[in-house]
Amino acid sequence: MAEHANLTTLTDSNFEEEVLNADQPVLVDFWATWCGPCRQIAPIVEELADEFEGRAKVGKVDVDDNPQTAQEYGVRSIPTLLFFKNGEVQEQLVGAAGKQPLKKQLEALTGQPA
Amino acid sequence: MYQNGSSASDHPALSAFEDVDFSTAEARDVVVIGTGPAGWTAALYTARADLNPLIFMGPEPGGQLTTTTDVENYPGFPEGLLGPEMMDRFQEQAERFGTESRYGTVTHVDFRERPYRLLIDEETPVYAQTVILSTGASARYLGLENEQRLIGKGVSACATCDGSFFRGETVAVVGGGDSAMEESTFLTKFADKVYVIHRRGELRASKIMQERAFENDAIEFVWNTEVIDVLGEHAVEGIEVVNNDTGETRVMDDVTGFFLAIGHTPNTEPFEGWVDMDEKNYIQTEADSTYTNRPGVFACGDAQDDEYRQAVTAAGTGCKAAIDAERWLSEHGRAEIPTSEAERAPVKA
Repeated sequence: MAEHANLTTLTDSNFEEEVLNADQPVLVDFWATWCGPCRQIAPIVEELADEFEGRAKVGKVDVDDNPQTAQEYGVRSIPTLLFFKNGEVQEQLVGAAGKQPLKKQLEALTGQPA
Repeated sequence: MYQNGSSASDHPALSAFEDVDFSTAEARDVVVIGTGPAGWTAALYTARADLNPLIFMGPEPGGQLTTTTDVENYPGFPEGLLGPEMMDRFQEQAERFGTESRYGTVTHVDFRERPYRLLIDEETPVYAQTVILSTGASARYLGLENEQRLIGKGVSACATCDGSFFRGETVAVVGGGDSAMEESTFLTKFADKVYVIHRRGELRASKIMQERAFENDAIEFVWNTEVIDVLGEHAVEGIEVVNNDTGETRVMDDVTGFFLAIGHTPNTEPFEGWVDMDEKNYIQTEADSTYTNRPGVFACGDAQDDEYRQAVTAAGTGCKAAIDAERWLSEHGRAEIPTSEAERAPVKA
């Protein structure tokens, strides 16, 4: 999948710094190259990364390369989308989703004072 | 609830339209709802007919084929093709001829009179001269008490997406059709053991799929058995089953993954009360066409097909819907849009 400017590539080693210690809300997309629904929603996640630039961080975890993070959050289905704020999971969406539910969730999280 | 489309003037969906301003709404000749093989084919054909179709991708872009692996029975691809890749190609081809595709779900429709009104994600208004319904079907769940809660935590309707999370574990597949055989065979790549739980003593699956499963040593069939519930707090830690012959219940506590392959339900809820449906909520079309009972509204693919449900039949009916819509539109013309053209937002090409 092509690199996207506003998307953060998350790994087992940078997850704490980029997500848990982030001062903005973070949307984390757990995906894999062989996952059809993940491929289909990838453009949605990219659009959100652009629309929320400066307000929220959007990152992707390839579960094949980063099994530790996936396991830590009990991810057993992809795509799984986790919404973090202040290092805590606020919301979890499993399976393909339209853009609007994801956007609403991000709006709710960015609308509140950090 | 409405059983058919004849009494739609007080349809409950209309309240969703009350606060929406349609004065600057986009107006299109053809709106296609759903992006499986039926929807993309309908878009391809209407695009080539210069009808500038707008297609909404819905909550599961690409549809059921995105959750499969090799598609071996689509004619013209003798080597087979991966389902997700196939849908990428359908999209590319439809867009090449001018289809405009958008992420968004059509949540409400007003099919009282043309131009028909649509709401995207409950808020964005669109006018449509004709509508092609190609929303397909989604995997069915059993409706067990703890099933939905454990989705993504061991409960799954997509073996190809989630199988690899169960390396070295024991999983159960519920179902007795081709997809249950395909999924259980696929899951043996990862899981050490796969139970196939079937409520009857024989399978519905085709002979070739049955034989593949029977020959696989990692698959164990559990006959005449139904699942009562999925167990576990934060992850699946077993399933409770009942034997239909003896009435005996037991817990299979080695099961950590629970996969559903018990068929599909049509994604037709927004159209209930607007177009005629059968008792399973599949849209009814007139014989040998894609016409619904609502003029200018056409249905194709699995949303109206409980019988064949193939990529190639979906594409076939998508083509028919496009041709039906094109001919219907040239015969009946366009309905006047309620506001003047000058006030309208420019239509994106």
